[in-house]
Amino acid sequence: MNMSPPQTYDPNRLRSISVDIRKSVISSLAVAGSGHLGGSLGLADIFTTLYFSVLNHDPHNPRWEDRDRLILSIGHVAPVLYATLAHAGYFPVEELNTLRKMGSRLQGHPGRDHGLPGLELSAGSLGQGLSVAVGMALAAKMDHKSHNIYCIHGDGELQEGSIWEAAMSAAHHKLDNLTAIIDRNGLQIDGKTEDVMQLEPLDEKWRSFGWHVISCNGHDFGELMAAFDQSRSVVTKPTVIIASTIMGKGVPSIEGDHRWHGKVPSREQEDLFIKELLNKCE
Amino acid sequence: MNPFKNKGNKPTKAGFGEGLLEAGHRFHNVVCIGADITASVGCDFFASACPERFFSMGIAEQNCIGVAAGLALEGKIPVFSTYGVFAALRAADQIRVSICYNNLHIIIGGAHAGVSVGPDGATHQALEDLAMMRVLPNMTVLSPCDATQTKLAILAAIEQCKGPVYIRFGREAMPDFTSEEMGFDIGKSQEFHSGNDITIVATGHMVWEALEAACTLEAKGIAARVINMHTIKPIDNEAIIRAARETGFIVAAEEHQILGGLGSAVAEVVVKKHPVPMAFIGMKDRFGESGAPLELMKKFGMTSSAISNACLQLLKK
Repeated sequence: MNMSPPQTYDPNRLRSISVDIRKSVISSLAVAGSGHLGGSLGLADIFTTLYFSVLNHDPHNPRWEDRDRLILSIGHVAPVLYATLAHAGYFPVEELNTLRKMGSRLQGHPGRDHGLPGLELSAGSLGQGLSVAVGMALAAKMDHKSHNIYCIHGDGELQEGSIWEAAMSAAHHKLDNLTAIIDRNGLQIDGKTEDVMQLEPLDEKWRSFGWHVISCNGHDFGELMAAFDQSRSVVTKPTVIIASTIMGKGVPSIEGDHRWHGKVPSREQEDLFIKELLNKCE
Repeated sequence: MNPFKNKGNKPTKAGFGEGLLEAGHRFHNVVCIGADITASVGCDFFASACPERFFSMGIAEQNCIGVAAGLALEGKIPVFSTYGVFAALRAADQIRVSICYNNLHIIIGGAHAGVSVGPDGATHQALEDLAMMRVLPNMTVLSPCDATQTKLAILAAIEQCKGPVYIRFGREAMPDFTSEEMGFDIGKSQEFHSGNDITIVATGHMVWEALEAACTLEAKGIAARVINMHTIKPIDNEAIIRAARETGFIVAAEEHQILGGLGSAVAEVVVKKHPVPMAFIGMKDRFGESGAPLELMKKFGMTSSAISNACLQLLKK
């Protein structure tokens, strides 16, 4: 799909930030010793775009009442959320090394009770985030607020029926302040999504539930920016952005390998992966 | 004799509805989520009076709970009611994670509690909801004894609590015997009949049955203490320990499975602090069935005579 990018963004800046975020994801997971590398890397460009070019937010005032809200429904990619929040200035980048350790504000799946600024929802059980996003969108409409609500999902997560309850209700209540983003990498723990439990035709499913559907390349800043721009102009319907992504994107030796969903690099692999990441960018 | 007079049978869901309406008028951030059975669970008064704060979500309990979470995160106080079987079980993971783990101020009304639901039968008779809800961290669990108290319960949950609250109420019109002046202190039980020979700790509809049982026992020269345990969690440890110490025997009575509900909660306190013999009146690990409410309560042993017999049995040993 040919989507000409809008003017107000700098692709070089976003690319540079996305490299920093990926480096942090790789390192923080290597230090943690457990977690989910594949999806975290795959979403790095989407998170970069959101936090550095799309969301209306203030890292120094995380509870600013007019901020755009971002809900991470797939809690297990917390490392990329944390890395993005840190690089955006919500908390020190050094704190990323405490990921998953006892007493850390960076819980394995986002936990607000540990006090990390920038988290909208404690989450981790798949299929729940979209309902919460619907509730937030309803509240915004009730209060005549003009901020937006974004919710990030995995594609495997769409196998949960509760997602479709939420989808139905978002269209019923005409929540045009709500945008769902699907990390469409075609993979899940047992293998390809289409082998485990067929999702296609995914765009038709969402359309039939009353959503405005945008498909784009989840690693192309121009297409992502155009998608978010378009989502903001849609009225009376919620929008879903089905972003094609590659699990493990940025580290060629693991790209597209579903086994890296729930694996982390060893300290040796950490150096190798970061080298690959930086080589790719030259 | 029974110190209370039945003011007239009234369904507890009416108390829930009246309380919700009053809360809606007093607090403008109270909202209500409907899962298609709005009138059946007492939310129709609010829905008619405050339509802009009522959100129809259809037969989708998991979504209802998640939506409630989203509204609560934005400063609303959502009230969501459906039958207890669906409220507590269908959306259990959503309640656990989106609500309890986030510690959000949400009121969940579990309607159609107990076998007194009647002809609808097993699938609609909530007998496991107290067990399911009390085991969740951060959850407050209320089980008011009549319609008047149910109204106070929802008002207290909205005004006093900061986290999630599950309120259980029934379908059938049952004795309404308390007064609003008696108040409702979350976590503090009420002694409805004094006595030092044995204690009956009861909740919900079984409180009236317990009072009738106390009358029967009185005629036999036995002074039974009756405690209305309207808060299952946090339970009133002090009153239970005092009852164990001062009366030496406890019978727990609930319209709920005996595994995991009020009786278990009381036993947990008693065994730790002051072990005494106990008996458990409730559903004995089986499903209910269709029937008239009172005949079902009789069949499954949840009546005043079942309670008084259990007391006599305990005292005999």
